[in-house]
Amino acid sequence: MKKVWNNYRYLILRRVTQIGLLFLYFGANIWGWTLLRGDLSASMILDTVPMSDPYALLQMFSAGALLASDVLIGALIVTLFYFLIGGRAFCSWVCPINMVTDFAEFVRELIGMNQLTGVKQPASRNLRYWVLGLSLIVSAVMGVAAFEFISPISMMHRGIVFGIGFGWAAVTIIFLFDLFVLRHGWCGHICPLGGFYSLLGKFSFIRVHHSEEKCTLCMKCKVVCPENQVLHMIGKESLPVLSGECTNCARCIEVCDDDALNFSIRNIMQSKKTGE
Amino acid sequence: MKKQALSDRRKFILTMARGFGLATMGGFIWSAFLDEATASQLTLRPPAALSEDDFLKTCIKCGLCVEACPYDTLSLAKPGDDKPLGTPFFVPRDVPCYMCPDIPCVPVCPTGALDQSSVTTNGILDIKSADMGLAVVDEESCIAFWGIQCDACYRACPILGQAITIEYQKNERTGKHAFMKPVVHSDACTGCGLCEHACVTEKAAIQILPRELAQGKAGNYYIKGWDKEDEKRLKNAKEIKSTTEISKQKAADKLNGDLLEDLYE
Repeated sequence: MKKVWNNYRYLILRRVTQIGLLFLYFGANIWGWTLLRGDLSASMILDTVPMSDPYALLQMFSAGALLASDVLIGALIVTLFYFLIGGRAFCSWVCPINMVTDFAEFVRELIGMNQLTGVKQPASRNLRYWVLGLSLIVSAVMGVAAFEFISPISMMHRGIVFGIGFGWAAVTIIFLFDLFVLRHGWCGHICPLGGFYSLLGKFSFIRVHHSEEKCTLCMKCKVVCPENQVLHMIGKESLPVLSGECTNCARCIEVCDDDALNFSIRNIMQSKKTGE
Repeated sequence: MKKQALSDRRKFILTMARGFGLATMGGFIWSAFLDEATASQLTLRPPAALSEDDFLKTCIKCGLCVEACPYDTLSLAKPGDDKPLGTPFFVPRDVPCYMCPDIPCVPVCPTGALDQSSVTTNGILDIKSADMGLAVVDEESCIAFWGIQCDACYRACPILGQAITIEYQKNERTGKHAFMKPVVHSDACTGCGLCEHACVTEKAAIQILPRELAQGKAGNYYIKGWDKEDEKRLKNAKEIKSTTEISKQKAADKLNGDLLEDLYE
């Protein structure tokens, strides 16, 4: 039991956070709870503190919308949180699609899909930055927030809180795409929101840190990591994961049997480094 | 021919060209989809909503208005509803807007897509100034127009006697009864839909349409000459000048010129 907790502690915490947040939003709509109203696009904590999706706002600005102060303050709060603290944590700790794509990866492993396709991926992970840029251009040309009208993230989240309609189809598409077409396809290659948080979260304090001297080169971390290009230093150098594409999901930390990976706070760690 | 390794410069150019090609294709498909997805004109919005174009720009699809509504009038458009995805709307035949005096759905809007100032009169919230749509009567299916006595819509109207009035007219068919025809007044109607909800016919004979759709526009060339106020609109009228082959010259010159010459030829 202790081993299970040790090997899955962050995974369990992440699922609790993801489902817990969904439940709070759901309860707000169904039972009138006030702790967390709205959805992932914009919400209110206890009817006082606003939160909103900074990427949605960026698109709305690009579309030429004049926005009220509530949503601006909300976006500022969320931006500061991920910029200073969380990094790209939205993707692995909040986003409901993460559960779908993680499940697709789980099934891939189960049926041996990953052995079949090998390591080489047929698409670039930079695709998401192209989609991100394109979404802003299309928003400006069409005068509406472009990604918000096709986002499977919103369709799923809004679907769970307010009723899903045919939104399940979008979720199924993502699942099948990740399962059969491209490993880590949606979250790791295409999603512009992930791309946005990759850029935003580059400088946050919470980082995964690798100690080379403890590493036994088992490479379990690289296998389990959904963005394994960020772990380029494994077994080579003692470095923090500095790429913004790391989602701080901490799977690498829990699969490491040698304690060679851990969370750390950027500044403390850096001063340690200079002290060496 | 032996395959040569690409230089970095060529690789970069190739990547950029591929990206550009994909982005252009994707951009057009994306734009075309958005154009279709936002084209629905039959959507009824919560009170105080901005004009449809601005509303689609400004609404962040958070559903706070939906949660604030005590009657579950509003819902967010799901895939399959054939409405702009995620935006709030209501279907009055199912649940109309009950016109709460404190308008709970409006102040919660974080983006200003529901504009509180548009339903505020002299600093006080005033739901009667809301404009969600306009009731339109189909005279062919409304049984009051057949001569059957029904005033369900008139009775249901929360702005009783102003938004809908009953017009009496002699029923020539029987010679001794009266038609009691409902007439909607667009200046008072808020489009709440209580009339549509109350209508007794199988499909409502009085329905709410978005105002843009329900109303025409006379324009500035047609003026009520007997109305001093209306006459002021004449100032906005602009001259239209069009030039055709004949109108290039003055009418008299034209008549005395080419046409005469043509005659004598």
